[in-house]
Amino acid sequence: MNPLIPLYVAVPLAGAFLIMIIGRFIRHFNKYFASLILLFLVIISFLSIFSAGDNISVYKVGGWEPANRIPIGIYMVLDSFTAIVLCIVNLIGFLSVVYSISYISRYTSEDYYYALFCVMAGGMNGVVLSGDLFNIFVFLELSAISSYALVAFGVEKNELEATFKYQVLGGLASFLILFGIAFIYWKAKTLNIADIRMVFSSGYDKSYYFLVQLLLLSGFGLKAAIIPFHAWLPDAHSYAPSPISAMLSGVLIKAVGIYVIIRLFFNLFAISEGMAVLITTLGTLSMVIGVFLAIGQWDLKRLLAYHSISQMGYVVMSVGIGMILVARGIRYEVAALAITGGVFHLINHAAFKGLLFLNAGAIEYSTGTRDLMEMGGLAKSMPVTSATSFVASLSISGIPPFNGFFSKLIIIVAAVMARFYLLAALAGVVSIITLASFMKFQRYAFYNKDPDKKKDLIKEVPFPMLFSMIVLSIICLLLSLLALPGIREAVLTPITDILMDPSRYSSQITGI
Amino acid sequence: MIVYLLCFILFLTGLYGVITRRNLVKIAISLSIMEFSCFLFFALIGYVEGGVAPIVDPDDPVKLYVDPLPQAMVLTAIVIGLATTAMLMAVIIRLYRKYGTFDIREIRTLRG
Repeated sequence: MNPLIPLYVAVPLAGAFLIMIIGRFIRHFNKYFASLILLFLVIISFLSIFSAGDNISVYKVGGWEPANRIPIGIYMVLDSFTAIVLCIVNLIGFLSVVYSISYISRYTSEDYYYALFCVMAGGMNGVVLSGDLFNIFVFLELSAISSYALVAFGVEKNELEATFKYQVLGGLASFLILFGIAFIYWKAKTLNIADIRMVFSSGYDKSYYFLVQLLLLSGFGLKAAIIPFHAWLPDAHSYAPSPISAMLSGVLIKAVGIYVIIRLFFNLFAISEGMAVLITTLGTLSMVIGVFLAIGQWDLKRLLAYHSISQMGYVVMSVGIGMILVARGIRYEVAALAITGGVFHLINHAAFKGLLFLNAGAIEYSTGTRDLMEMGGLAKSMPVTSATSFVASLSISGIPPFNGFFSKLIIIVAAVMARFYLLAALAGVVSIITLASFMKFQRYAFYNKDPDKKKDLIKEVPFPMLFSMIVLSIICLLLSLLALPGIREAVLTPITDILMDPSRYSSQITGI
Repeated sequence: MIVYLLCFILFLTGLYGVITRRNLVKIAISLSIMEFSCFLFFALIGYVEGGVAPIVDPDDPVKLYVDPLPQAMVLTAIVIGLATTAMLMAVIIRLYRKYGTFDIREIRTLRG
């Protein structure tokens, strides 16, 4: 029993209520209190990385011990994979809140903003920590509803239309997930992920299993915006306020989409080869189509949103390659490498895509436009934004020594070693197109001549925004250290171990 | 078996509505129909032939009970569904104030 585990959910939810109540009486209470909450979460999630290591700690909500070896309470599970996702959720959350201190002061009703932000962070932490299928659904809806509201925070025509699309597709995803959960409960008569694994390992009906997997894959795929399900993402991510875009693109699609897909398909289902091939195909499609949709965009945030689809494609493809190898039962070390690459890229993407959206917000804050055609020559008037976005652009396009290079290298090496030469080549080509599209961003935003000669009016953004951007660009550099042998074994290897050894996962949790 | 099939048909009815309707409110209603087909399915899987309400009776230990857990889950899901529907309606009202129409064909500024 790790007593810290419920705090990840309880603290932000309690904080949201306190912000709404006390915020009425004390001015500026909301922003500092929200930053404090997220800072606290960052500290305890970094502590959990060091304590997690190889062991799995379980918290049984309400103290319901298993009866006759059947788990009956709601389980919250903290292992190394959870710990690292918690870290990125809370870190990006903290930096986005600090950024919002000056960014959101343009909007009215800040109390609602910070309260919803805390609820969203709490919901994501809940999804990540939950070891129970229905609990995942509840927390997923919690974070989804607050993100619907936050996307529409500007309440103009475009924001409302974007959030309507997002809500209809998000609602559809929720129903598919709910159907999947119902089908699983029907056969397994339990909701605990580890216990379901136990029940299914003693035999199951193949076609029934396939139906459940399809339902859950399409539900969480809609949340993660993998390519046939991506229609909502560019609108929602580009019209949200920029710190929210950073949260949505940086962590929400990962925490409630990719993370759950990886967790379910490794630790709940026995991997079948057909499903693994399907997942790899979807990942490759998102990787390729996403980047081609991105390259023609002139709206800065929309361009970044399409790149999110493409970069998530890398993660899904790499994890899918690992799944194919595991399903065939051959070459476990290559499978481990592929999964490591995927998880590493997931972490890296949170850092650089968060940073890019904060940069886009800074540009919008100073110039009032998101159209690349109307920018130009900002390098002189906004030096810090220019420098940090340069770091992020190089990271996302995979230029050494930044983090994106190492994760893409691992992914490509793993694909070659697994003899998927076409996928390796596609990953390389997509990386080059990404570079081209970010060179376009750099050139039109920062180095071109200013079309209107209004350069003197543009100033650098205030300190809290600069702070977040600088910290994130340092993180982009530091994360490449994870590729070093000593650190990789300490942080990334336990994750692949836990994913590739599902029987250990389920036996440690159920205690049998 | 036929009840599960009807439940699935209800889901498809909702999906048909979401895809074909042009009115924002009707889309919201279709979403609710889909939602309730999910809830119905949950209630159905907890049903046990000849079962009674799960209140334990010490005099009759072999009594057959229906599964209470899906019912608890449906209640939770209904509350969540209420929140999503309220949120969706709030957005629809705001959209109506901005555009003066519920027709989705006229609310299309986002493309590409």
